[in-house]
Amino acid sequence: MPVVKAQAARPPWQLPAVIVLLVVAAIVPFVVSSFHLLQLTMVVIYAIALLGLNILTGYNGQISLGHGAFYAVGAYTMAILIERAGMPYWAIVPIAGAVCFVVGFLFGLPALRLEGHYLALSTFALAVATPQLLKFHSLEKWTGGVQGTFVPGFDAPFGLPLHWDQWLYLFSLFIAVVLFLVAWNLLRGSTGIAITAIRDHPIAARTMGINIAMYKSLTFGVSAMYTGIAGALGALVAQFVSPDSFTIFLSLSLLVGAVIGGVASIFGAIFGALFIEFVPNFADQISKAVTWAVYGSFMIAFMYLMPNGIAGALKLLMEKLRRRG
Amino acid sequence: METFLHQLLSGLANGGIYASIGLALVMIFQATHHINFAQGEQAMFSAYISLTLIQMGVPYWAAFLIALAFAFVSGVALERIIIRQFDNAPVLTVVVVFLGMLFIINSLAGWLFTYNVQAFPTPFPVGLGSRYLSAHEIGMIGVTLVTLIVVYAFFRFTPLGLAMRAAAQNPEASRLVGIRVGWMLALGWGLAGAIGAVAAIMAAPIVYIEPNMMAGILLYGFAAALLGGINNPWGAAIGGFIVGVIENLAGAYVVGTELKLSVALVIIIVVLVTRPAGLFGKTVVTRV
Repeated sequence: MPVVKAQAARPPWQLPAVIVLLVVAAIVPFVVSSFHLLQLTMVVIYAIALLGLNILTGYNGQISLGHGAFYAVGAYTMAILIERAGMPYWAIVPIAGAVCFVVGFLFGLPALRLEGHYLALSTFALAVATPQLLKFHSLEKWTGGVQGTFVPGFDAPFGLPLHWDQWLYLFSLFIAVVLFLVAWNLLRGSTGIAITAIRDHPIAARTMGINIAMYKSLTFGVSAMYTGIAGALGALVAQFVSPDSFTIFLSLSLLVGAVIGGVASIFGAIFGALFIEFVPNFADQISKAVTWAVYGSFMIAFMYLMPNGIAGALKLLMEKLRRRG
Repeated sequence: METFLHQLLSGLANGGIYASIGLALVMIFQATHHINFAQGEQAMFSAYISLTLIQMGVPYWAAFLIALAFAFVSGVALERIIIRQFDNAPVLTVVVVFLGMLFIINSLAGWLFTYNVQAFPTPFPVGLGSRYLSAHEIGMIGVTLVTLIVVYAFFRFTPLGLAMRAAAQNPEASRLVGIRVGWMLALGWGLAGAIGAVAAIMAAPIVYIEPNMMAGILLYGFAAALLGGINNPWGAAIGGFIVGVIENLAGAYVVGTELKLSVALVIIIVVLVTRPAGLFGKTVVTRV
């Protein structure tokens, strides 16, 4: 585990790079095909989910193999509130976040006593049980049971001349930018230092007066909130939610994305999102028969070549270049 | 009463499968402090090997033993070729590597043996069955017990077993007395693979064979390992039987079959919150 370092001065290229990235991201919906736009929307959404997982797993050191469950809760909140309560989708996004915050906080309470593998196992169990819980017949009235529920599309607001797909991309992008700024602000301040201190040395952290129980459950809540908001947006994109869209595979993909993108790195979430959205397609092009074997080999190869993920590898590269230059 | 006894006994039979998987998981955990998420897929693949052999006309028990040998060799190979490369990697990296292996084995099985659900033969004659248990369930309990006894005897009475225990407990000291720790780890992987294969081959006639057959079983194996104590192999085996019984009784009387997997979730959380070391595990105290 990396040790907490004094905050290094940000490299001068970082701010311009972020601005260029944002401008490109804002232009994209007007130049790419609708299929690629859909993929890019999913990248933005996965990036939000991975950022949430990264706050928990990367910064706070709590391994979760069950974030698909929170993604599912967010998605179902969106679907149910649109269908049964007729609420506008944009108003549901914060509600989904709040619901997931509470669910995550509550799951985090017993998880407080669990470390490392134990937490990994209990969240794994949560992820495996999620589809069964969603199919549960007493909840069928709201969830639609095995069949799931459709989520309608809408028009772009303010009379903007945009397709719903284009608007949804921009809407997701906007939410992602806000959430990334919040995370960045949260993690660079004293809260962030407390969160990472708990990961690196819980006993020392407690000695310094950090309320470990409080921080850990809050981190769990915030992390679930991010992933839940991503789930709510994901339901709008898929226009459909059903128990079998939220299998263990989703949870595993999220963890894979967080680790391969680079733990304890905000940009790692973006790289991870690109990986879990595009590498399966790429693997499919290599071999239709054994797509997931190719994907699995990529995972192992990435971990072998870049043990600290893509963000970690890039950081190393930058340092090398700087020392030379 | 009749149905209760039936549920109880068939829970014990299923528990044998969880016990074997739990034992396999704990063996690897003790030696490496990693949880092998690909354990179930390795076992599933070996079950397919035995099915293929049986379909080619090989007698059941010969196919059984060849599949076990395959499981052993492939377990050793996985450790030597892949896992070794990540000796000093962070926990998360290793978890992703295990998940990568899970995807690879699952996908290869689907490609080689198709994703269709297939029936799997049982070697036990119908006459063996009784009022409470089917022939296969009785045979399954027998096979599980034999497996556990053989593994116990191996670790307790053979020099190789002793060396493996030593390598897991204290690698540095073991190296100093001339034990090849790396190879002991690999053997442990092989043995765990073979035990898992027994579980999958015994489970296959009940759950049918398909590439995802082990997902639920692996989860119950985790529950078994945690209930028994993740650093106590025999605890994990006993935990497996207990989990099997709880699962069956809860499924029959409390939650119904549609929420059975959630039972494992509840068991895991209750154990971890009330008694994290498990029923038979040692509480680990770390010095700071």
